[in-house]
Amino acid sequence: MPLALKIAASPPDAGDSAPFNYFLHSHGPASTPTLYLGWVLAAVCAAVCLLVAGLLAYAIWRRRAAAERDVIGDPRRSLRWVGIGTALSTVVLFGLAAYALVVLAEVGAPPRAAALTVAVTGYDWWWRIDYGDGAQRFSTANELHIPVGVPVRVRLDSADVIHAFWVPQLAGKTQMIPGVSNEQWLQADAPGLYRGECTQFCGAQHAHMSFDVIAQSPADFAAWRARQQQGAAPPPPAIAARPAPSGAAMSQPADAGAPRPVSIAGPALFMDRCAGCHTVRGSEARGEHGPDLTHLLDRRMLGAGLLTNTAAHRIDWVTRVQRYKPGARMPDIALSGAERADLGAYLDTLQ
Amino acid sequence: MNDTAALNVADDAAARDDSALDRPLPVGSAGKLSSGWFGLIALIVTEAALFGYLLFAYFYLYAQNRAAWPPDGLPDLRIPVINTALLLGSSVLAWLAERAVKGGRRTAALVWTGTAFIVGTLFALIQLGEWHKKTYDLTSHVYGSLYFTITGFHLAHVLVGLAILLLLMAWIAFGYIEQRRHAAFTIGVMYWHFVDAVWLAVFTSLYLTPYLFGGLS
Amino acid sequence: MNPPMPTSPSADRSAPALMRVPERGRADAALKRRLQAIWEAPPGWRGLLSTVDHKTIGLRYLVTAFVFLLLGGVEALLMRVQLAGPNGTLLTPEQYNQLFTMHGVTMIFLYSLPMLSGFSNYLWPLLIGSRDMAFPRLNALSYWIFLFAGLLLYASFSLGAGPDAGWFNYVPYSGREFSPGPNVDVYAMGMLLLGVSTTVGSVNFIVTLFRMRAPGMSINRVPILVWGTLTASVANLLAIPAVSLAFLLLWMDRQVGTHFFDVAAGGKPLLWQHLFWIFGHPWVYAVVLPAMGIVSDGLPTFCRRPLVGYSAVALSTMATMLLGFEVWIHHMFATGLPNLALSFFGAASMVISIPSAVAVFAWIATIWLGKPVFKAPLLFFAGFVLLFVMGGVSGVMTAAVPLDWQLNETYFVVAHLHYVLLGINVFPVIGGIHYWFPKFSGRMMNERLGAWSFWVMFIGFNIGFFPMHISGLLGMPRRIYTYAADSGWSSANLVTTVGSFVFALGILMFIANVLWSWRRGAVAGDNPWQAPTLEWSIPSPPPAYNFAVIPSIESRYPLWEDMLDETPQRSQLEEGLLLTQGRETIGSTALDAIPDVILKMPGEAYSPFFLALFLTGALVGLLLHAWWLAAAMTLACAASLLCWMWPSATLLQRMPMVADTEAGGA
Repeated sequence: MPLALKIAASPPDAGDSAPFNYFLHSHGPASTPTLYLGWVLAAVCAAVCLLVAGLLAYAIWRRRAAAERDVIGDPRRSLRWVGIGTALSTVVLFGLAAYALVVLAEVGAPPRAAALTVAVTGYDWWWRIDYGDGAQRFSTANELHIPVGVPVRVRLDSADVIHAFWVPQLAGKTQMIPGVSNEQWLQADAPGLYRGECTQFCGAQHAHMSFDVIAQSPADFAAWRARQQQGAAPPPPAIAARPAPSGAAMSQPADAGAPRPVSIAGPALFMDRCAGCHTVRGSEARGEHGPDLTHLLDRRMLGAGLLTNTAAHRIDWVTRVQRYKPGARMPDIALSGAERADLGAYLDTLQ
Repeated sequence: MNDTAALNVADDAAARDDSALDRPLPVGSAGKLSSGWFGLIALIVTEAALFGYLLFAYFYLYAQNRAAWPPDGLPDLRIPVINTALLLGSSVLAWLAERAVKGGRRTAALVWTGTAFIVGTLFALIQLGEWHKKTYDLTSHVYGSLYFTITGFHLAHVLVGLAILLLLMAWIAFGYIEQRRHAAFTIGVMYWHFVDAVWLAVFTSLYLTPYLFGGLS
Repeated sequence: MNPPMPTSPSADRSAPALMRVPERGRADAALKRRLQAIWEAPPGWRGLLSTVDHKTIGLRYLVTAFVFLLLGGVEALLMRVQLAGPNGTLLTPEQYNQLFTMHGVTMIFLYSLPMLSGFSNYLWPLLIGSRDMAFPRLNALSYWIFLFAGLLLYASFSLGAGPDAGWFNYVPYSGREFSPGPNVDVYAMGMLLLGVSTTVGSVNFIVTLFRMRAPGMSINRVPILVWGTLTASVANLLAIPAVSLAFLLLWMDRQVGTHFFDVAAGGKPLLWQHLFWIFGHPWVYAVVLPAMGIVSDGLPTFCRRPLVGYSAVALSTMATMLLGFEVWIHHMFATGLPNLALSFFGAASMVISIPSAVAVFAWIATIWLGKPVFKAPLLFFAGFVLLFVMGGVSGVMTAAVPLDWQLNETYFVVAHLHYVLLGINVFPVIGGIHYWFPKFSGRMMNERLGAWSFWVMFIGFNIGFFPMHISGLLGMPRRIYTYAADSGWSSANLVTTVGSFVFALGILMFIANVLWSWRRGAVAGDNPWQAPTLEWSIPSPPPAYNFAVIPSIESRYPLWEDMLDETPQRSQLEEGLLLTQGRETIGSTALDAIPDVILKMPGEAYSPFFLALFLTGALVGLLLHAWWLAAAMTLACAASLLCWMWPSATLLQRMPMVADTEAGGA
């Protein structure tokens, strides 16, 4: 049974109507000073626009005494107003520039040393997330777990083209440039789900490259991490080989958490069709081209934020990925009805 | 010249400085008053910017690369220095040619231009020889890409300059270029001087700065 | 300089003198007929391919650029239909990527500068009192190359091989590994062509300004449109080589195997971004400063007073362009550069709005202290001022580095760039067309339809693009072909789509007005607006020779001198230099416009057309890897150049031989 997600009562949550709204929502010190800067700038800019609109309207429609000549001269006094307007604008601009520099100093670096470093690598069109090093390291995909209340350093690389990492309600964005390791920090002050997305055009499925950041209490985070470090549990013992009823695959009940019978064919099928690209730690599958699937069921979404993670979606993704994400690097894997049942059942064990 | 109306200078015109409108003016393509001269200056500005960006790319990639730079060690300066001297010499020769044109000395102009052409060709051949000696090419590594592209751009400009010098020689022979009208010559020679000035920048960047920066990262 | 010895004609009476006193006087009908015969282009195909008349070339630029505007607009409308709701299915990702790339390329390179080149080409000689641009054949060349580049890009697009990696074309995505098809190569070749076209055009403007002004038109008397185009042209000379080089290096990486951007071999993707934006940022000023000049020159006419702060506006034009070279990093704030560098560029990006503020207040003051005349051009110019400020302030928001880390690559930037590009380029252009249409065609546009089309455009534009600020603040990234229903972006996108169609309707109304008025508009006369500058002193449309008499100038507003009565001097428009010995105009000193040479102008020539054709052919050869074709075309280019440059006796580039006649010349 997948680890239950503890979600705070107040936003952010998976049902937020505008999950990327950073103008009104900020949940950490890497983005809150910018939030206020945005409001101040927006207010000043709106005021300037209204002022100019007013001046313009008045200039056009104000009453004028009838002039004797068709053409008016005397430009000398008029320059004064240009000077005044420019001087005021300059003062305001310098003030805003100074404020912006102060905010840059605040959010440009974490206030104290990061408690955790996570490596995120951008791929076409998914996110690989690596924790730790040495024997303790593990990989996951498209879902970044962090402890609340502490700065987290994110190291950003790219495996192919330039992507950009952005969690709007937690921090600004940074490009992921192949050959260059960039870094940024973020911090979530409340537990919950924060949505992220790729914000540098990276090809056909740039539109479908989002990810989740799950902020958890330190205890929950530690528990999550411990589980992730374990390899996949071996599948439950195979029931004596029985052919899966043909046509029955389509009527499999939706994943309700009940263990399904797993034939030997499931893991073998996985090794045959999937292991070339995917890793399942604890098994022999060591593919590096696609996401690590060791704890697949732990994730909220599939396909970098495209589908919810249900049994039906999982097997549908395998067989019809191109329909959902045309151009994705993963091809449609043709499976017979029996194979779908077997593979689906195996995938359901990757908790 | 036929149906010019009688000059009719108004009173208020006399109050202006009208001497400019009453004295004889040169007609047509008159040396450095010609549009072509100004056009060349503008062309030089944009081409200089192009080389500037090439060298920017060079120094940017230089600064960002950890590998040995140049990869085959500090460049041997003997031939390139000689070649630089040759190119500068050809500029001097071209300058002498221009003086001859302005002095109405046609044969001297042909001789100086021809010599400038020969010396310039020598430069190009030696440069090709330098290319031949390299153990890498355009596609070997970043340095190779840069080296051959930058010197190649310059060599292309040299070839255009040589063609211009040949053309100028032909036009002197045809009598098109002579003491009274020779804007084309002034313009063409200035282009050649520009090609030389660019070489100084390229030479300094590619050959001298590695010594300055120690040759390694 | 060795002054050429003055010679009197020898026994051969057809040999022209190398020096003479320029004839002065008044022009009668006979003189005008003679000038017309000298300057008129031949009719039919011959004229079409060989004309060097700056007015014809200017109109070609205007019409061609406008067609590209419409094509780019259709591309935009297709995208807006796709994005009107979540999970759109009208377009595949590949189609969408080609559309948004072509939309950017079209608007930024095939519309925005060429449109302004069209105005400047047509108007400059008329504004400065000259009979032609400095390099008439180069003028023709720049148009033909522009046309062929556009045709190359669109022919490829129609075959599905158009550029598709974004107009900004970042590596490694645009490199061979991730974009193996010909699309990026097409873009590279198109950009090389456009680079040549724009560069030679810029050379033409600069030399024309410094050499061809009428006597007395000192540098502080030229219209602001001239300042704007001049500044943009100088900037182009310095900026275009960066992008030409970037595309050439990319093409070499892709097709020759070099490693400039190849990460594995030590190349750097950020080099592309630097080269591209070192060009790209000055470019955006190049496409707005001339348009700001259009407003600075048009507003006085419709406010019945000189521009307030002429010198301040001229200086602010140059200051903006200069600063425009110092801010390119603001397109790269999110690339991981050191914060110290970012601070500098962020501050510079804020400071650059100060010269713009000067111009804005100058325009408002001109309206305030003037007597507005409520005609269509005034509506467009006034609307421009507001849109300028709205676009400018959203730019100030993106200049704040930490805020840009949020705003960058979202629809907020899309809103900003459209406010500045449509607001500062398209609206003044449409207003400028309304303003100068009588001069181009001899007829007035329909005033009521003009006003209606303004309001439809203005309202449609704001309904379309203002919500993009919202969708950007709600986190919608750029360049996505669809979005999920739960993202919160659906409403803003729907409103934007509706607004964009309303705006398109306004454009259609404008086109209808132009087409109808070209033949059926009220006859205009020389100066229907009672405007002050020189172009209104000659007939509408102007004769081939522009000015029968080269005027001498005493002020910025020659046609208002009597009404303004600021000094006793008066410009002389009826009497001045005649210069009728072939195609001639006066050359004058750079600052004070004191005449110093009588310039002989080249007549019709086919070499620009063929040079453009061969140059395009050479690059197509490179595109197709047909090296023999590229080599042959390059030789053909050399031959065309030779024909072009061959010294001409008519132009007095060489001493005339006894056998020369007066006619002909390359």
